[in-house]
Amino acid sequence: MKRVYKITLLLGITMLVASCHNDKAPNYQYFPNMYESVGYETYSESKAFANGQEGQLPAKGSINRGFEPYEYENSTAGYELAKANLKSPLDSLDRNSGKGKELYEIYCISCHGASGNGKGKLVEREKFLGVPSYKDREITEGSIFHVETYGLNAMGSHANQLSVHERWLVADYVLKLRSQL
Amino acid sequence: MKKVGNHNSNSRKMFLSLAMMLAFSFSSFAQDAAPAAPTEAAPAAATTGGDPVKGKALFNSNCAACHKLDAKSTGPALRGVADKHEKEWLYKWIHNSSDMIKSGDPAAVKLFNENNKSVMTSFPQLSNEDIDNIIAYTSEPKAEPAAALPGAQAGADAAQGSGSNNNVILGVLALVLVVLVVMLFMVNNVLRKVAKANGIEVAPKAQRTPIWKAFVKNQFLVLVSCVFLLLASGYFVYGYLMQVGVDQDYQPIQPIHYSHKIHAGDNEINCKYCHSAARVSKTAGIPSLNVCMNCHKNISEVAETTATPEYSKAFYDAQIQKLYDAVGWDKTTQSYTGKTQPVKWVRIHNLPDFVYFNHSQHVTVGGIECQTCHGPVETYEIQKQFAPLTMGWCVDCHRKTDVKMEGNGYYKKIHEELSKKYGVEKLTEAQMGGLECGKCHY
Repeated sequence: MKRVYKITLLLGITMLVASCHNDKAPNYQYFPNMYESVGYETYSESKAFANGQEGQLPAKGSINRGFEPYEYENSTAGYELAKANLKSPLDSLDRNSGKGKELYEIYCISCHGASGNGKGKLVEREKFLGVPSYKDREITEGSIFHVETYGLNAMGSHANQLSVHERWLVADYVLKLRSQL
Repeated sequence: MKKVGNHNSNSRKMFLSLAMMLAFSFSSFAQDAAPAAPTEAAPAAATTGGDPVKGKALFNSNCAACHKLDAKSTGPALRGVADKHEKEWLYKWIHNSSDMIKSGDPAAVKLFNENNKSVMTSFPQLSNEDIDNIIAYTSEPKAEPAAALPGAQAGADAAQGSGSNNNVILGVLALVLVVLVVMLFMVNNVLRKVAKANGIEVAPKAQRTPIWKAFVKNQFLVLVSCVFLLLASGYFVYGYLMQVGVDQDYQPIQPIHYSHKIHAGDNEINCKYCHSAARVSKTAGIPSLNVCMNCHKNISEVAETTATPEYSKAFYDAQIQKLYDAVGWDKTTQSYTGKTQPVKWVRIHNLPDFVYFNHSQHVTVGGIECQTCHGPVETYEIQKQFAPLTMGWCVDCHRKTDVKMEGNGYYKKIHEELSKKYGVEKLTEAQMGGLECGKCHY
């Protein structure tokens, strides 16, 4: 009986030690002063700002380096204007670089499908419906750029994922797909 | 005479039957899940004369971008729309709604104003018959969630089958083992009792010197075991110290239960769709919530089939609601309230401050897959750190991996020079200077 007691005790201690390992908490560090940044890390909390966040919105009216203004407004009228007047600044080197395809296959393919027929993975799985085929819509490079920038109906804006130049590359590739449908 | 342990005792029978039951139960486990009767929604009431099946296809390709059946989206919910408007009116509206608004049709103007004055695309290509079909689809009664549930769960079970089956088998084997040990113990007891009852003497153990005394007397053995013990404990202490500061498998609980498995795995959304900064900047970026809303404006609840035995549909829906609360989206009015709340994501991958790492250098220039360092993220229900992120791990990859030179203008010049210098065609990052201290520590 004594032996059983001892074995149980030993097992219990082993389990107790083993259970100290916890994946939900970070590990110990040697010299944390060298690990933890003195300056504010990206997305960290910070007491320096009123709302307690390191990530702040830029001051009102400021623009980032290389900013290009986009003068068509986010409305039906703006859409029509962009469709009629907006022209792509890309040269033939950009158009043939294959970058548009690369970006399309990251940002558009899930809904619009690899060939632009509106049968992407999300549509196939009935998560996101009503994506039209490019062929069924009257679109120009200007209107595509406008929709990428502001979104349209159920499609959201992709302006923060794609730079102006990248949006033009994608618009060019969309037209290429449309001509092949 | 003493009572002899009964061979046919009830407890033994029960043990045996339990062991048998467990041994055979798991083989039938897999088959239980399969034959679930596919319960279909009741056929629609054919009130409008259209074909609801064709209507569904038309609805999904033409209307669903802006309309849902039961919830307001860009446009109003469409279930039972035939009860609200005359059929002729609907034909006209769908064929050209802006004309109706311009002509001052009171119902049309009211509808236009109710929906943020967004213009509905005209569909002149839809014939009256097509519209009848769509109306038939929208007039279908709402499918009972209870009817759809068993089928959905069977699907989920089948998908989970192989994983949970293994666990069940292991558990059963462990149980069988325990039962066997207990039975052995009992058999031993019974035999002793039988022996005692029949008057057979069990030979008493001969008195020997205790084993520890013999061990202490043998000094060579003591020395060897001491050395062994020291080496072994040295090994474990070294192993323990080396993992200090390494957060491999760190898997914190996040404020919103975001499943990479559903998004990147099942729905095959590219990693860089959300982590778009990884292409162009040092950090991969925590996606801002507007990226979530690109899809979740439209997807306010998960499908029945997304739910797993572990996480229910209600659980996932609550997570989407958390997103809405954070971003300030009102589901019922389909508009932003302006009341936002930052989400306190817990950072998992965190390199020490004294080392520099740049995502765009690896993702865009080097063309390395995200999974190389982050593991099979598309299978993770809960995100965790896959790689140890130690210097040895970095250097190892820099030494072993051939850099993708083909069609990469960035490397053209350096490749020509270095391949001449080393006399090789393929170059590793180490040969290009990827082991210099100052490359990462400065």
